[in-house]
Amino acid sequence: MTATPVGLPKASERHRVTPPAGMPQYDDMPRFDVDKVRGHFPILDREVNGHRLVYLDSGNTSQKPRQVLEALREHFELHNGNVARSVHTLGTEATAAYEGARAKVATFIGATSPDEVVFTKNSTEAINLVAYSFLNASLGKGGDPHVGGADQSRFRLGPGDEIVISEMEHHSNIVPWQLLCERTGATLRWFGITDEGRLDESNVDELITERTKLVSIVLVSNILGTANATTRIHDRAREVGSLFMLDASQAVPHRPMDVVGYDVDFIAFTGHKMCAPTGIGVLWGRRELLEAMPPFLGGGSMIETVEMTGSTFAGPPMRFEAGTPPIAEAVGLGAAVDYLSAIGMGAIAWHEKELTTYALDALQTVPGLRIFGPRVPVGRAGTISFDLAGIHPHDVGQVLDAEGVQVRVGHHCARPTCVRFGVAAMTRASLYLYNTTDEIDALVRGLERVRGVFA
Amino acid sequence: MQLDQLYQEMILDHYKAPRGRGLREPFDTQVRHVNPVCGDEVDLRVHLADGRVADVSYEGVGCSISQASASVLHELMVGKSVDDALSRVDAFTNMINSRGQIEPNEKLLEDGIAFAGVSKFPARVKCALLSWMAFKDATVQAVAGGTTS
Repeated sequence: MTATPVGLPKASERHRVTPPAGMPQYDDMPRFDVDKVRGHFPILDREVNGHRLVYLDSGNTSQKPRQVLEALREHFELHNGNVARSVHTLGTEATAAYEGARAKVATFIGATSPDEVVFTKNSTEAINLVAYSFLNASLGKGGDPHVGGADQSRFRLGPGDEIVISEMEHHSNIVPWQLLCERTGATLRWFGITDEGRLDESNVDELITERTKLVSIVLVSNILGTANATTRIHDRAREVGSLFMLDASQAVPHRPMDVVGYDVDFIAFTGHKMCAPTGIGVLWGRRELLEAMPPFLGGGSMIETVEMTGSTFAGPPMRFEAGTPPIAEAVGLGAAVDYLSAIGMGAIAWHEKELTTYALDALQTVPGLRIFGPRVPVGRAGTISFDLAGIHPHDVGQVLDAEGVQVRVGHHCARPTCVRFGVAAMTRASLYLYNTTDEIDALVRGLERVRGVFA
Repeated sequence: MQLDQLYQEMILDHYKAPRGRGLREPFDTQVRHVNPVCGDEVDLRVHLADGRVADVSYEGVGCSISQASASVLHELMVGKSVDDALSRVDAFTNMINSRGQIEPNEKLLEDGIAFAGVSKFPARVKCALLSWMAFKDATVQAVAGGTTS
């Protein structure tokens, strides 16, 4: 038996030590049983190239739990009908399920009303919806005069106006704004990236000015994993009267989201990265903005009344959901939201933080490996991109695949970020709630094999 | 999927010690081809003389498959008549696109047959074809009397 150092409580008494008030304790963090969660995902049982599947590409698309697959099956087997236009029972049930999913999503992101949730095809369409509303409002006669006579001046762009994004964006938060600026004569400006892979906010006051009409920034980078601090950018955008949008595609699936807390005007995210099917995305917008925005796509369901000489339009969110929407996919998203909420977004965020800490340490033991983006698990998410000894990422990914390890390689639809770091492509491992430290070990072993083949 | 079907010794050899790399004078045409999926790029020059391929020079960034295939292309094409060279490009393209169904013709493709395994990896087909498509483009332009593009 060893002596207890003077001044410290005996081991048996240590747990009784009262921590300073308000200081979070390790054991207080919310947790879940990863093995149990893995049991919810049938695909995790399969083999790839003779090895147990190690799925490290959830930033690309997530796997789907039984709860979501079951919801899809039940919808098609029992409730399939079209929405918002049927008096029959199936149509009524389908409508209730579709609108129920909208309400679940609204609660999930802290929206004040389901009417602020617009279903789209994906994040890309959600961002384009905002961009095209700007464009439509900017067309000659003041856009569409039938939108309740609302003031559309906030969405009108022309020469001298500016939109601000960052070098860290996914192409989906670059190209729509490039097109919008080319078409309206407005100017696109952007934040740079520091060597550590964080947004360079040093020139925030010069970038965001009275000329800025919209700032659209990625909340969590899909390539560097950086979780951006938005306060300074938000405050400056508000100071100059600009609208403020967040691309939350890599954030909403992984951490609690509160649109009121962020005091943001729009966020975009997509279902398939958060355990839901492909084909369903979300634009959340503040109600008074959505109410004033001209429509993007015209057609059925988005109208109030149609005459051959012109039409008037429904209010949001219907105004932005022309045509038959992805009903089953929305129901699947609702089931995914239920699933994630039951586990707890705080617990998922903590699990990923622990995994990220482990992965950053483990990867840095691999000779010749260079991590792009933050190398500490602070202000970053579980998306880790790297270079391995100059070996091309396609080759890295191919050898890893032979070991059953699924990672993404290439420019990750964020080519400007690759250019910023002087590479054509990166290898990326991205983590989610079902990943384990064993799988990170498998990645590290796979990287040793890569070095064996090419080094 | 067997990894060694893809990464044949021949391919790794060309990758680690590429033949004919670097852009050289003189040349008739220069083209740049990119693979938008991965961002790989090749700049390639063709010099024709007396109806023959006098030089193929190239520079680029890419994976082992794309770099090795450019090296093999260089070795195979220099000295061939234009018609012969283009028919070999077709043979290579057919083999790569065959999903493993075409028996590679060693007389025609020489080291190029090492890429037969690539055809079983659909995600890598573009890597193998990048420089060959660039060569075809540059050669057709050169024959047409074009200059730098």
